[in-house]
Amino acid sequence: MFVLPTIAIAVCMAMLLFRLFAGPTLYDRVLALNTFGTCTVLLIGAVGLLFERPEFLDIALLYALINFVGTIAVLKFFRYRRLGDSSEDADMIMSPANNNASDNAGESGRNT
Amino acid sequence: MDLLIDILTWASFISGSFFLFIGSLGMIRLRDFWARLHAASVIDSAGIGLLFLGMMLQTGLSLITVKTLLIIGFLLITGPTASHAVANAAFSSGSRPRDLVEDASSTKPTAKKRTPRRAKKPATKKNGNA
Repeated sequence: MFVLPTIAIAVCMAMLLFRLFAGPTLYDRVLALNTFGTCTVLLIGAVGLLFERPEFLDIALLYALINFVGTIAVLKFFRYRRLGDSSEDADMIMSPANNNASDNAGESGRNT
Repeated sequence: MDLLIDILTWASFISGSFFLFIGSLGMIRLRDFWARLHAASVIDSAGIGLLFLGMMLQTGLSLITVKTLLIIGFLLITGPTASHAVANAAFSSGSRPRDLVEDASSTKPTAKKRTPRRAKKPATKKNGNA
């Protein structure tokens, strides 16, 4: 019974890989990566139930959280070109020379 | 009763697989980043919900149901949040949807006009001046 969703998820992930490699912009790739991670959560759950090992759902739950944090980290890295939160990084973000870059930035950059 | 649960499970699996296929097909076929956001949200909401609903129906009422509900809850919260973050980053980097009609009374700074890849209808251009 769980064979059908497993095959469907695998096909979906293969089709998402095309957009992941062929995406013209960075944001296409990040969007495809986020959806790919969501499909991975589904695949872990479906495979766990297919082989009658429901403990895989714990791994799926962990992967759902890691996937979200990873997407936000990739977006933050490509906006500020660094991920650390040392004091000189905060100075660089808050400096008026870089004001236009951090014009629409969320609070994640300013709290560092 | 088992037959009813099986029928519901199959219905959830088939429709969830259908939505997964439609969403991933849209990720390939749609031409714009802003159009592909719609395809991604189909996978994030309909595919996730229906497939995990089928799994919940099949495993019965136990601790697995609680875990599945937790996964659904986290994915339904983080999926639109991540989509919004990606869209916000793309918007602030200057990308705009094609055939966007700009509001002349808006006080927000507008991005530079992008040259459209296909011929625009003249009716949409006149709307921008009104």
